Amino acid sequence: MQSFKKPILSLMALLILGLGLNFGFNAFIQLQAKFIIINMILAMSLNLVNGYTGQFSLGHAGFMAIGAYVAAYLAMNWNFLPPELSILSYLLFVLVGGLVAAFAGFLVGKPSLRLRGDYLAIVTLGFSEIIRVALLNMDFLGGARGLAGIPGLNSFYLDFVFSSLWLVFCFFALWRLIKSSHGRGLLAVKEDEIAAEAMGIDTAFMKVKAFVVSSFFAGVAGGLYAYFVQFISPGSFTFLHSVNVVIMVVLGGMGSMTGSLVAAAIITILPEALRPLQEITGVDLRMVIYSLSLIILMILRPKGLFGELELPEVWRKYVRRSA
Amino acid sequence: MSDALLEAKNITMQFGGLKAVDSLSLAVYPGQLAGLIGPNGAGKTTVFNMLTGVYQPTSGQVFFKGTSVAGLRPFQISHLGVTRTFQNIRLFKGLTVLENVLIASHQHVKYGMLDSFFQTRKFQDNEKGMRQRAMEILNIFGLSDKAHENSASLPYGEQRKLEIVRALATQPEIILLDEPAAGMNHSETHHLMELIAQIRKDFNLTILLIEHDMKLVMGICENIFVLDHGVKIEEGSPSLIQNSQKVIEAYLGVEDDL
Repeated sequence: MQSFKKPILSLMALLILGLGLNFGFNAFIQLQAKFIIINMILAMSLNLVNGYTGQFSLGHAGFMAIGAYVAAYLAMNWNFLPPELSILSYLLFVLVGGLVAAFAGFLVGKPSLRLRGDYLAIVTLGFSEIIRVALLNMDFLGGARGLAGIPGLNSFYLDFVFSSLWLVFCFFALWRLIKSSHGRGLLAVKEDEIAAEAMGIDTAFMKVKAFVVSSFFAGVAGGLYAYFVQFISPGSFTFLHSVNVVIMVVLGGMGSMTGSLVAAAIITILPEALRPLQEITGVDLRMVIYSLSLIILMILRPKGLFGELELPEVWRKYVRRSA
Repeated sequence: MSDALLEAKNITMQFGGLKAVDSLSLAVYPGQLAGLIGPNGAGKTTVFNMLTGVYQPTSGQVFFKGTSVAGLRPFQISHLGVTRTFQNIRLFKGLTVLENVLIASHQHVKYGMLDSFFQTRKFQDNEKGMRQRAMEILNIFGLSDKAHENSASLPYGEQRKLEIVRALATQPEIILLDEPAAGMNHSETHHLMELIAQIRKDFNLTILLIEHDMKLVMGICENIFVLDHGVKIEEGSPSLIQNSQKVIEAYLGVEDDL
């Protein structure tokens, strides 16, 4: 039971935070809080492939779409529990969405992970576009009109609890994977594939493993998105969405879990926080400032906010020393 | 002849029009310390790459304990018990010294990803055992107090040693050392010779090494293969090699009649 202590404590902390958000803030801020959690799951899972394993994937939105559509379709057609208990069936649906996305990740990863760098990026990008175009042409999933009227949980606090559960699960699953021998295998693949092979690491299998786990959590994030927004269409999962997640990973630091968390929060909040500025000046400089601040950040900290360090290490290195 | 631990039969490696290695046969017997020497560009590292599966020989086969390893990937050959170091050091530079060694023992890990998620007893015991064994080997090479330093920050000689430590952590039966003494000074080389002799005894190893430092090769190798332009020109004990006309010609050239 010792192993559940930290996850339960972090979940409790999140629930208290959620309670505060529930009473103190308006619906818009509450929605942003939910998006932050979704983006955190997306960024951490992509970091496993792009940061820790060193493979450049650009297809995260595709896996997210699969998870979202599966979870939405199940909730609209197979909900077997009364609405009050739908949180339980939704747990199952999101899990199924994640598993389907993971299977897709396996199908894509198996042949394409022989490629490296730019080539892999193009293949994964192509895959996510195929998903999107396929969804556009599936009439039973709404086609271009999308799926509207997905039954959600209809309460901010339930939404927040539900997504916090997945966030904590995602964080600890990935964290413990990385800190195990399997995770060191992933790092070895990033550092030097030839040496890794000579030391007995099955590099092809390692890459597929990272890809499958990453796709699973992308699917989970997609399922959460479907329930929170209650409307999904192929347009929700474009190439730009994948790029956005890549930005979070790079900004936070390739190979830093807590970096991904912080960056996901920044990238979600920044464009929204700049809205008042637009009202004052009358011109929409939002995206200009947003991109400029990203450029400046990357010049000042080329390895991302945290580099390869985690939050406690960053704290020790920069904050405590200067104090 | 069939009791050889690692044996190459007529292996040829052809890169386009260039025959890097031409129908080479060699056999290393259990417990032996063998050397592979030859002038620059003779094809020594190519031989290593074929023995460890990085290259598949164009023709001919490699046998480990009498079974062919043709078609096996490098990691599978490593699982059989054949490991190597690299001529141009290939450490996992972004990781610590200890992590480098731990990665090499991944093939002996018994726990799965679920064990690590639930932090089971199996996971903890396994991790502890791995770390202990890694530290023991590091200790032999005097690197244990640098276990948590970044591997790229080690001095050159220690990086070479760490490569050997990492190879040992795979628990091999035979280890192929590619120029272990390259770039080392006289006393470091001497120290390395003693270390190689010691690990051979402690870990019950068979060793095949490539080396340019003749003092080292002649000092510790029992059997030497000499390669020139991809062809084996001589094989035998150090004293035989030292007096071989063919070897002297390969290294120094043929004397012209004036």
